[in-house]
Amino acid sequence: MIIRMGLVGKKVGMTQIFDAEGHCIPVTILELGPNTIIQKKTKNTKDGYGAIQIGFSEKDHKKVTKPMAGHFKAAKVKPQWVLRELRINDETKLGELEVGQELKADIFQEGDFVDVTGTSKGKGFQGVMKRHNMKGSKQATHGTHEYFRHPGSIGCRTTPGRVMPGKRMGGHMGDETVTTQNLKVVKIDLEKNIVLIQGAVPGAKNSYVMVRQAMKKLLRASSKKK
Amino acid sequence: MTSVREQVEKTYLKPETQVEAEIKPVEVGDTVRVHTRIKEGDKERIQVFEGIVIRFKKGGISSSLTVRKVSHGVGVERIFPVHAPTVEKIELKAKGVVRRARLYYLRSLHGKAARIKARTQTKREGEASE
Repeated sequence: MIIRMGLVGKKVGMTQIFDAEGHCIPVTILELGPNTIIQKKTKNTKDGYGAIQIGFSEKDHKKVTKPMAGHFKAAKVKPQWVLRELRINDETKLGELEVGQELKADIFQEGDFVDVTGTSKGKGFQGVMKRHNMKGSKQATHGTHEYFRHPGSIGCRTTPGRVMPGKRMGGHMGDETVTTQNLKVVKIDLEKNIVLIQGAVPGAKNSYVMVRQAMKKLLRASSKKK
Repeated sequence: MTSVREQVEKTYLKPETQVEAEIKPVEVGDTVRVHTRIKEGDKERIQVFEGIVIRFKKGGISSSLTVRKVSHGVGVERIFPVHAPTVEKIELKAKGVVRRARLYYLRSLHGKAARIKARTQTKREGEASE
């Protein structure tokens, strides 16, 4: 069974650093952890599956609703801003984790690969060229009129007499959950809870991101063992 | 207060003394000698590139210098990330008088026209040194 650990954090911004050979590496700075385990779900209880709930960033107790306050009180932890769930299907691993325990970035190592999940920047209502990478009009001259960025034909004629479901058109773009896979962890600063990740990460600055061990790398490692 | 980004970048910047001595005095129009470390197989040597600074892009760790020279009649431009560990030393050879921040116009000039007037001591600097 694959155990896939992760943390919730905040995107700070991007910069560049130099490695030992002098190569310039573009990196995203993440404030990752410390996360507190707030709840543990196990297969044998009413939850029916193994998972932990982790929280990030302390919240003022005045801003907590009563039901949530009870939830935090049960775990004997301070209220948190962001709550995320991590599926852990391994009984022994779940046994090692306790409610109230703090998770830090030391679950990763420099050189590891991670998947980063965030909410992409909202782009508003966008046309088909930006939203679906359509090409627009073939021609900009010879009398082409008001058709430069159009999608072209959107269907047939009397049969079927309607537009097929799922036809790509203009509409709202961005502000959706996006995962970028296999990003390299360049540097970990446990004292400041700062992690540098090579490349870009979904979302705006100060948005919350979930960082988990790279699924594809874990799958490959487990298939090799067999 | 310094931002988290600045704190992270700080560890990768060149030491303050080197920045003060080598990087800060450099301005657009100056003639500089940039010493870079070059790896050949398992040997390392220093290569020097001398030319006029036609652009100085400032921005902390992403600062870069564009240096232009004419080599055997061919214009050569190199962009040096100032804080890269491969850039060993930046030597200031001569100050120049220019009135622009980007000297792209030098690309279309040849020979005598492409020279930059050397800056001798200005009045204010003369007073300061006295």
